[in-house]
Amino acid sequence: MATQTYAATATQPQAEINYLNHARGLKSWLLTLDHKRIGLLYLISIALFFVVGGILALLVRLELFEPGQTIMSAETYNHVFTLHGAIMIFLFLIPAAPAVLGNFALPIMIGARDVAFPRLNLASWYIFWLGAIMMLVGIVASGLDTGWTFYTPYSTMTGSGVTWVVLGVFILGFSSILTGLNFIVTIHKMRAPGMTWSRLPLFVWGLYATSIVQILATPVLGITLLLLALERILKVGIFDPALGGDPVLFQHFFWFYSHPAVYIMILPGFGIISELIGTFSRKGIFGYKFVALSSVAIAFLGFLVWGHHMFVSGQSATASTIFSLLTFLIGVPTGVKVLNWVASLYRGSIWLRSPLLYALMFLFVFPIGGFTGIALGTLGLDVPLHDTYFVVAHFHYVMVGGMFLSFLGGLHYWWPKMFGRLYNEKLAQLAALLIFVGFNVTFFPQFILGTQGMPRRYFDYVPEFTTLHQISTVGSWILSVGLLLVAGYLLHSLFKGQKAPANPWGAGTLEWTHTGRVPSPHNFDRIPVVTRGPYDYHLAEEIFGNGRGDGDSLAVQPSPSGQTQQPQSTT
Amino acid sequence: MAGASEAITRVHAAEEHGHHPPYLQHHFVSAEQQFDAAKLGMWIFLATEILLFSGMFVAYAVYRVWHPEVFQAASKLLDWRLGGLNTLVLLASSYTVALAVHYAQLGNQKRLLQNLWLTIALAGVFMVVKYFEYTEKFHHHIFPGGNYAYEGLQLPYVGQFFSIYFVMTGIHGLHVLVGMGVLTWVALKARRGVFSSEYYTPVEISALYWHLVDIIWIFLFPLLYLIH
Repeated sequence: MATQTYAATATQPQAEINYLNHARGLKSWLLTLDHKRIGLLYLISIALFFVVGGILALLVRLELFEPGQTIMSAETYNHVFTLHGAIMIFLFLIPAAPAVLGNFALPIMIGARDVAFPRLNLASWYIFWLGAIMMLVGIVASGLDTGWTFYTPYSTMTGSGVTWVVLGVFILGFSSILTGLNFIVTIHKMRAPGMTWSRLPLFVWGLYATSIVQILATPVLGITLLLLALERILKVGIFDPALGGDPVLFQHFFWFYSHPAVYIMILPGFGIISELIGTFSRKGIFGYKFVALSSVAIAFLGFLVWGHHMFVSGQSATASTIFSLLTFLIGVPTGVKVLNWVASLYRGSIWLRSPLLYALMFLFVFPIGGFTGIALGTLGLDVPLHDTYFVVAHFHYVMVGGMFLSFLGGLHYWWPKMFGRLYNEKLAQLAALLIFVGFNVTFFPQFILGTQGMPRRYFDYVPEFTTLHQISTVGSWILSVGLLLVAGYLLHSLFKGQKAPANPWGAGTLEWTHTGRVPSPHNFDRIPVVTRGPYDYHLAEEIFGNGRGDGDSLAVQPSPSGQTQQPQSTT
Repeated sequence: MAGASEAITRVHAAEEHGHHPPYLQHHFVSAEQQFDAAKLGMWIFLATEILLFSGMFVAYAVYRVWHPEVFQAASKLLDWRLGGLNTLVLLASSYTVALAVHYAQLGNQKRLLQNLWLTIALAGVFMVVKYFEYTEKFHHHIFPGGNYAYEGLQLPYVGQFFSIYFVMTGIHGLHVLVGMGVLTWVALKARRGVFSSEYYTPVEISALYWHLVDIIWIFLFPLLYLIH
């Protein structure tokens, strides 16, 4: 059963029709209903916004190279750091993993021909652009200087383009909701025969948890931002204290979405890490069920901790205490994940390729972000550290070190399946090293700066902080070089890259074992029947042949010891 | 109609090309799967709608707890008879849309179409009543928040009550308009004879949406009009 597709693709490699070449022309892309093509449309879009957000980040770091004005005025600085945050969060981090990698991989991973609602899927991409353009119109017309959090009352008073931007984010929310809705229905209703819940790849579990957060939290942000826009247009007076409104109510509303939103960003990342560790250690994920359900636990607990953003905003001491305790609690499922990943690596046949490098980097930096998050969740410690660079560093360790590194790992992992080409592995490893060093050099000094009292969002600082700021800025350059290198060899691979075999990593999930080099437009010739879990290498004859001698023909270069490990996980 | 009765037997062979019922999209294995997916999708969408309104309900709760006397006084400016009339109109429309689903399941095209148009007409009545309510308020300079300028009732925070009133009923009214559009689209499809007892997914899921619009109003009416 499992080898049927292989036989088909192996005998006629030339006449291969795949999702990239079966229809040509711009129109066939802009009107596509194919989840894989929509994933690529998203990839191009978010890459664009990442470049913009990244350049803004470099400008922020450059301004902070010396105390006082370096390259821009204080007003410009307010705009630049706000735009960096707003663009990176709403136009890159939130859509990146679900809309790009999720769209591309999820339906194939569960053995479906497409997501449940392909037209809604395409619509979500157009809505994404509509929201993005509205945001950009507001930004270009009058800038944005509120910080990405749009706190009232400043956001109701400032002359910058808040109205346009928040309406843009409101529209972006629909895009996010539609993706989440589509994924939940797809996972519930479109699984192939035999693809039970306990056989779902962990990336799918991660996306499932993400989608729950997307559909439950995003509407609340929607109404909050709508009220903020109405505050500016109609003076409704819900949040604006000058009209009798309550600015702390805005913070409650905002963080009710925006704290769960960090789990929208990180949960798919957790899923990617599970795939990478499962594949490159040739071993079942240790405690599969705990890793799977901890994603769901994080999704639900994530709704109960928003108040830890408001310890110094005048919320009651009782509320703060409860929020603090719940914040500690969310460390438990996260810790379960990290420990289980490490246990999965233990005694695995580790094959050190660039995707796994990203997973290992993640295992190093993400816990730093997590533990400092717990530190910030303690009531006493939060008071001095609140609104300092410690928070900035914590946030970037979680978002860049956690989400972005796992996204890069996932991109490197699925790249051969997306385009049928291999990138230069040596350069990929070098780039991973540069990114790792650059990232830590950029953000670790910010922890120290924060504990010494450097406030966030300031364009000036006392001369004592100069050295640490300069180290951080130099780190941002190293990070950029690493990222430029990634862009370089990935683009190069599209044209000159070696052709990738159907399963270059010897992975065990359906997108590798049951599709051609590049998937066909409808993913499968016949819907596969699933007979094993995603990481059950001992049952995966089609990958290693299990002694039948046809393992080599698939051009898999598995770990030095090609045998599979004893199963550790699901039965 | 002719092909539809055989659809069930074909479902099992649906993977073979060329034997799909016309309404079955290629990426679904069976008509049941397609129907279940659409229905689950709509239920999830309704959950997001409730959360959208929940923000406003929280704002309502907060301001009412802080200023109960203002809410009592301001509520008296709303006409409970018009609100009550609209409640009856929407309840009736929920009944007719449920009948539409019922007749779609039976394959009764004529009754299906009748009930869909009736639902749309009742929604129209609701909007007309709402229009008169709004114009009457604007006539007395009863505007949301900072623009509130009614001479007859001057209290601090009365603007907040009308902010909440206009935003909640306004967004609800927008949902009624969207529902009218969706139901018109379904009715036009029904007129072309697209639906049968085998395939009536759009009727069912747009009816679900319409019930939500109704239920939101069932909560809005007492919370805004009937405060004592």
